[in-house]
Amino acid sequence: MGRLSVSLCGIELDNPVIPASGTFGYGCEFAELYDINCLGTFSFKGTTREARYGNPTPRIAECTEGMLNSVGLQNPGVDAVINDELPRLKKCFSKPVMANVSGFSVEDYAYTCAKLDGEEQVGWLEVNVSCPNVHGGGMSFGTNPAAAAEVTRAVKAVTTKPVIIKLSPNVTDIVEIAKACEDAGADGISLINTLLGMRIDLKTKKPVLANRMGGFSGPAVFPVALRMVYQVACAVKIPVVGMGGVSSAEDVIEMMLAGATAVEIGAKNLVDPFASRDIISALPETMNKYGIENLRDIIGGAIDG
Amino acid sequence: MREEIFKVTANDVLTDNVFRLRLEGCTEGIRPGQFVNIAVDGSFLRRPVSVCDVSENELTLIIKTVGKGTGWLSNLLPGDYLDILTGLGNGYDVTSSGDKPLLIGGGVGTPPLYLLAKRLIEEGKSVRVLLGFNCADEVFYEGEFEELGCEVTVTTVDGSYGEKGYPTMYLPEDYSYYYTCGPLPLLKAVYDTASSEGEFSFEERMGCGFGACMGCTKKTKKGYKRVCKDGPVFRKEELIWED
Ligand SMILES: Cc1cc2nc3c(=O)[nH]c(=O)nc-3n(C[C@H](O)[C@H](O)[C@H](O)COP(=O)(O)OP(=O)(O)OC[C@H]3O[C@@H](n4cnc5c(N)ncnc54)[C@H](O)[C@@H]3O)c2cc1C
Ligand SMILES: Cc1cc2nc3c(=O)[nH]c(=O)nc-3n(C[C@H](O)[C@H](O)[C@H](O)COP(=O)(O)O)c2cc1C
Ligand code: FES
Repeated sequence: MGRLSVSLCGIELDNPVIPASGTFGYGCEFAELYDINCLGTFSFKGTTREARYGNPTPRIAECTEGMLNSVGLQNPGVDAVINDELPRLKKCFSKPVMANVSGFSVEDYAYTCAKLDGEEQVGWLEVNVSCPNVHGGGMSFGTNPAAAAEVTRAVKAVTTKPVIIKLSPNVTDIVEIAKACEDAGADGISLINTLLGMRIDLKTKKPVLANRMGGFSGPAVFPVALRMVYQVACAVKIPVVGMGGVSSAEDVIEMMLAGATAVEIGAKNLVDPFASRDIISALPETMNKYGIENLRDIIGGAIDG
Repeated sequence: MREEIFKVTANDVLTDNVFRLRLEGCTEGIRPGQFVNIAVDGSFLRRPVSVCDVSENELTLIIKTVGKGTGWLSNLLPGDYLDILTGLGNGYDVTSSGDKPLLIGGGVGTPPLYLLAKRLIEEGKSVRVLLGFNCADEVFYEGEFEELGCEVTVTTVDGSYGEKGYPTMYLPEDYSYYYTCGPLPLLKAVYDTASSEGEFSFEERMGCGFGACMGCTKKTKKGYKRVCKDGPVFRKEELIWED
């Protein structure tokens, strides 16, 4: 076991660094740039039952130290992911991958997860409950403890792989939702997804995004994300994967002290395609600087008791 | 794609709000119609800019100041350094040109046509260029295209320089293929009036510029494409115009 290694839901990671869903495609754009086997793993683009085009453009808006996106879960659908993307990934990535799944009904989630359960390279299922429930008046599954628990149970019933529920930060009490997922059998919790945001173009006096609102992420959200990771880690016994604004080895360590077992990196990959690789290489030196022998020993180090 | 550090060697004023950066650094593999994505101080996202010209160790960009990022770029001085992702996008297909290609540019859509014209001239093609601007004060690069050996027509909307009107009002009788870049209304007019097959270069707001985020999708007859990776250049037969 190396100094950087951690164990996430029973699977060993060489290091805790995981590019976040939606910022790493299905891996191949980055595999052209560097050997992505240096990563702990990565979470692939949010995959749904059917192919999705997503929202109209513009889908991207800049913010101070961050960005808004309203991509709208564009993806080729689970069958194309299994038939085209995973075979391609196998050629450039030899580790278990984290499969990020989205859905618009409980059945959607179960269907997509059941299909991905059959894929050898899938290590974990990361279930994004930030999507609107079409049968529930469009409210996101992730804003309601009962709905989040129902998705968790439905997914757990169709897979033996570890299930990590990815939470939305756009809620009043994230701890309540995390606990509901834990009680429903989740093997881990990941957070945060993007914060709902908006920008208006002063020249046109209209929203920049065609969808008007979008998800805010990037360095600016780090303190909010860290706070939520800490609150959830204090309240649950299952592992927590922390993300939101992480852009340096220091940020990774800070997230782990707040209780994260592993750390995802999102928007930073888009503006610096080598970010995840460079953060991993900077970890040993940064650990030395702060007197940290092994990363796994600092998980939750800032939590009292 | 490559990430390279470039040194600014010159920043020249071309018009009131258009400037030209000459940058020294590795330009390996850069093709006409491709773009670069520049990290700018004080902004989270990079800024996409078309390649205007390349030689062995020099990259030339022509940029219009429209906001914060381009404003910062306009103030660069020789000796400053830039972090740039190069070789992005598909670029123009030089092999489709036929013997008499027509290049149609509007405003700051003109720059990428320069390297394309250079390559086509090198291959012995007879290149016609139509450049459209709003008024005389905005015109740039007429002489540079002529020096390459192109036959150039400039149009201005108010008639203060060259021919009055839009480039599409002055399409030549006879051309084998066309390449165009500029504002959407120009691209649409070219699509509607030009008779041959051709290629169009598009812009879109970008998150990454290298195909990872799905921020820049465009619907085409061949499915949904990423402007940054599958484009920015699309062939006429792929296009769907919706508005
Ligand atoms: C493939 C491609 C090639 C381009 N080539 C050139 C060129 O050769 N010369 C040139 O002057 N301009 C070019 N542009 C446009 C240029 O990218 C924008 O003018 C620039 O990003 C504006 O940044 P800003 O900070 O000054 O403006 P702001 O309005 O402050 O920018 C805010 C955000 O919107 C984005 N944005 C604003 N306008 C555009 C636009 N038209 N296209 C894409 N993103 C935009 C910015 O990148 C930034 O993220 C190109 C755009 C694309 C997509
Ligand atoms: C362009 C973009 C697309 C995203 N797509 C997804 C997605 O498909 N599924 C998902 O669970 N999260 C998605 N996210 C959220 C990220 O995985 C991450 O939770 C969030 O961006 C916070 O991390 P960051 O601040 O490091 O970007 C997306 C984020 C961005 C910027
Ligand atoms: S800008 Fe990210 S995919 Fe095109």
